[in-house]
Amino acid sequence: MNLRHALKVAVWVCCCVGAAFTHAQAPVNPATPTAADPVLEAQVMKIADELRCLVCQNETIAASNAELAIDLRQQIREQLSEGRSQSQILDFMKQRYGDFVLYRPPLKASTVLLWLGPFALLLLAASMLVQSIRRRDPQAEPAPLSDADVQRAQRLLDEAGGRP
Amino acid sequence: MKRYLWPLVVFVVMMGFLFTGLRLNPREVPSPLVNKPVPAFNLPTLAAPERSLAPEQLQGQVWLLNVWASWCVACQLEHPVLVDLARSGAVTLIGLNYKDRRDLALGWLGKHGNPYQATLSDTDGRVGLDFGVYGVPETYVIDRQGVIRHKHTGPVTTEFVRDTLLPLIAQLEHPA
Repeated sequence: MNLRHALKVAVWVCCCVGAAFTHAQAPVNPATPTAADPVLEAQVMKIADELRCLVCQNETIAASNAELAIDLRQQIREQLSEGRSQSQILDFMKQRYGDFVLYRPPLKASTVLLWLGPFALLLLAASMLVQSIRRRDPQAEPAPLSDADVQRAQRLLDEAGGRP
Repeated sequence: MKRYLWPLVVFVVMMGFLFTGLRLNPREVPSPLVNKPVPAFNLPTLAAPERSLAPEQLQGQVWLLNVWASWCVACQLEHPVLVDLARSGAVTLIGLNYKDRRDLALGWLGKHGNPYQATLSDTDGRVGLDFGVYGVPETYVIDRQGVIRHKHTGPVTTEFVRDTLLPLIAQLEHPA
């Protein structure tokens, strides 16, 4: 029980908790002011859900507790208060951190392979399967029985007397 | 013989992807600021907070912006390399003290050595954000016109200095 408890604490302390949360947790840093306005907070989280935390790279900024994520949420909060739009804020982040900061990769020439690759592979595998099924010879019959086997079969059938 | 050729080809291609992938660092995020002008800033210096430094004052020379903090353990790894680099006079080093306290930062430099011509105090990390800093340490190479030419994430190693940094600096100082 002690070891399990210690392991639990260790995991909790480590970097980022899993992405199973759809709502952000309260910032760990007590110095960060949270907006008193729940409407603003909801907007902040909506935008934060579209951005990737670059520290724990499979989480969104909404879900991550990394200090960089807290800073970026504050940045989003301030820009929203100044009246910037979602696309302006996403552009702001993209200019500084590149396309990787967008949680959904944009569809560009460089990401076409990422987006279409799985479907292309599926198509390739399906066509290979179809080819291999088609190639099987549908005319093939089992080899004909030898004369001795025909007589043996007839004798067995006679002995059974037609009974099923 | 042909039956065995296709699986072999597929296998070789997959091995190609595997070995290429093993040599890449998946956590590294390439910077969109390479070949773009340095972001504007105007920050107080660590040693003399009443004085401030802006990129215009550094035009005309090749310089490095090294992002560091007293709380950053990896910075201790790279610091001797930076001290040697500064001593060699190959390039000007400007520090960006990221999300740190002035007293701790000064103490750290006193203990480990100060390779920086000046250190900028970025206590809230806003300038770091403009540079696209997502971890510490990071180092930017900036040319005479104030354009970022290279970003190095992680500690600066002697191999990096020898194989990448010094050739780049030579190229930026004497454009062919």
